[in-house]
Amino acid sequence: MSAASLQVALVGNPNCGKTALFNRLTGSRQKVANYAGVTVERKAGELRTPSGQHVRLLDLPGAYSLGATSPDEAITRDVCLGLMAGETKPDLLVCVADATNLRLHLRFVLEVRALGLPMILALNMCDAAARRGILIDRAKLEAMLGVPVVETIAVRADGVGKLLDKIDGELPPLSSVATPADLHAEVRHLIASAVTMPRRTAALDDRIDRWALHPVGGLLMLSIVMFLIFQAVFSWAAPLQDGIDAGITYAAAALRSAMPDNTLRSLLVDGMLLGAGSVVVFLPQILLLFLFILVLEESGYLPRAAFLLDRLMIGAGLTGRSFIPLLSSFACAVPGIMAARTIQDPRDRLATILVAPLMTCSARLPVYALLIGAFIPERTVGGVFNLQGLVLFALYVAGIVSALAVAYVMKLVRRDKAEHSLLLELPSYRLPHVTDVLIGLWERASIFLKRVGGIILTLTVLLWFLSTYPVAPEGFVGAAIDYSYAGRIGKAMEALFAPIGFNWQICIALIPGLAAREVAVSSLATVYAVSATGDEAAGQLLPLIAAQWSLATALSLIVWYVFAPQCVSTLAVIRRETQSWKIVALATGYLFALAYGASWITFRIASALS
Amino acid sequence: MDQSLKDLKLRVEAIVDRVEDVQAADPIAARLRDLGFVAGEPVRVVARGPIGGDPLVVQIGYTRFALRRAEAARVMIRVAA
Ligand SMILES: Nc1nc2c(ncn2[C@@H]2O[C@H](COP(=O)(O)OP(=O)(O)OP(=O)(O)O)[C@@H](O)[C@H]2O)c(=O)[nH]1
Ligand SMILES: [Mg+2]
Repeated sequence: MSAASLQVALVGNPNCGKTALFNRLTGSRQKVANYAGVTVERKAGELRTPSGQHVRLLDLPGAYSLGATSPDEAITRDVCLGLMAGETKPDLLVCVADATNLRLHLRFVLEVRALGLPMILALNMCDAAARRGILIDRAKLEAMLGVPVVETIAVRADGVGKLLDKIDGELPPLSSVATPADLHAEVRHLIASAVTMPRRTAALDDRIDRWALHPVGGLLMLSIVMFLIFQAVFSWAAPLQDGIDAGITYAAAALRSAMPDNTLRSLLVDGMLLGAGSVVVFLPQILLLFLFILVLEESGYLPRAAFLLDRLMIGAGLTGRSFIPLLSSFACAVPGIMAARTIQDPRDRLATILVAPLMTCSARLPVYALLIGAFIPERTVGGVFNLQGLVLFALYVAGIVSALAVAYVMKLVRRDKAEHSLLLELPSYRLPHVTDVLIGLWERASIFLKRVGGIILTLTVLLWFLSTYPVAPEGFVGAAIDYSYAGRIGKAMEALFAPIGFNWQICIALIPGLAAREVAVSSLATVYAVSATGDEAAGQLLPLIAAQWSLATALSLIVWYVFAPQCVSTLAVIRRETQSWKIVALATGYLFALAYGASWITFRIASALS
Repeated sequence: MDQSLKDLKLRVEAIVDRVEDVQAADPIAARLRDLGFVAGEPVRVVARGPIGGDPLVVQIGYTRFALRRAEAARVMIRVAA
């Protein structure tokens, strides 16, 4: 068919389902969640219409107005106006509006119509509107607006057919209806003529919010939700973890007895199986954590939590708007730092970016879990709480508290009295679809396993080489690993880290840990497996370090991981989002200083007490 | 007497009168108007934050927004008699 592809952009208010439509139309899997500001970047995808027309579809961040007040809204404005470098002005705009929220969304539709580009209005969430008894006279709306109007249900496989047909047809003519100066009056007129709305809000939302937003009840609920997550991550995952663990141990033993004692066996068993395997063990925990995050994100609860915590966060020099970026950082700081684009105020945004690495990302989980498993006894406290779960919870809290403290110090330093705004939309509650959650988890699992098979395995094997070569000469006194590169590097670093209790094995593991935090675990596994002497065949890492490390060393390493800027991708994204090496240096510097200081104090106190 | 949204009692219906600029070309006031805080619009406070009653959750149009007191102070209202 026609060679040139049609440039189509999805625009609309936040949370109206643009990305859900984008995914449905292009078969992509971009992130969809129930709060304003999920998409913060433009994303392109391709599709072919039934008649064979090639379309390049652009998903844009949501915007309340073309008068942008935050970096993500500015992207949408620039694309619509044709000002975005590397992006031609769209041939067609698909303006998306939430059918249950037309009083707000139609105003933006009018603003977009005034741009004078061909456009289609997609009334999305027609399923939710129908459930609430909202009736929309589509034909009338179409006539009054002068642009084609189609109904869509982005969450259903067959919910976008009409939109696709409209994109496929001739480009719609520009609306001949003049846009009046008072957009709000026009919206009221449109709604009065074409929409029947039995109730302004969903009855269910009102009922839930009575509890969820209650000054006491709401906070109680929030603490229970958060606490349950950490308990669950530790206690529910255990049986699965034990299963994986047993499988790896069995495979290692089988390989060891099946192969002659040579270098290849060492590479396979010590380097690959025990090294990378030590990280795979944590898959169940990471998936459980993501299960909770996915469900929370889709439920619509997160902006409510941001509301409850806003005052507390202002006190610390942040804003309620920092809540969602910081919560995303529990998965990984990289998307968390990008999500900070939704914060209008540049100083709040910077503060959020700088403290995001203090949130306990999922890559730290294996390190914590290993150390907790080795050094904290499995015990029930107060009848119901798992002690290991409690310690993990405390570590998360430590990250949060230190983030608040750091933000507070920054607030004191900048001594800024200017007003910052919140203006946060609270969406309708939604029940997550089981299939969506399962697909989300499947994706997480495959990302994680690819990481294990890719960077983690590579670095672990590299470390195996470094700790095996050069081979110690005949008559060398001491363990063979002492003669290797890794042994020498570790010993050299030990001088710097001995004051905080790290032995040379830990020092070695810190280096590849820079590329991916989990590698610290696999590296330790490899280093210990390689250094094991002949007959005491190296088993799993956990009992090994439990026997060899002092409690003070373990605690110090845990504390190190709370703070240390041990992640190159995080530093890279800080650079990209702030366009400043100075800020990267500031972040790295303060995090290292905090890590070293806190580990030193921990090590001293723990050594003195034991 | 003018009353501002920040002092409106919980779950009492009121009507927006206007949004005041606290500085020339106040971006927060402009955004509030974009979000639907315009004359004649019914408005209601749905909840107040746990600490110092800040922020507020406000129902405007079909939407709920969390606003800080300083933002709500810009919105002048009339309470239906
Ligand atoms: N019931 C229903 N829910 C929908 C529909 N379309 C989207 N959703 C839900 O609406 C929420 C927002 O969807 P997104 O696609 O992330 O919205 P967006 O417009 O891309 O949001 P931003 O990127 O924040 O601007 C999610 O919870 C979706 O599951 C629909 O047609 N019906
Ligand atoms: Mg989106």
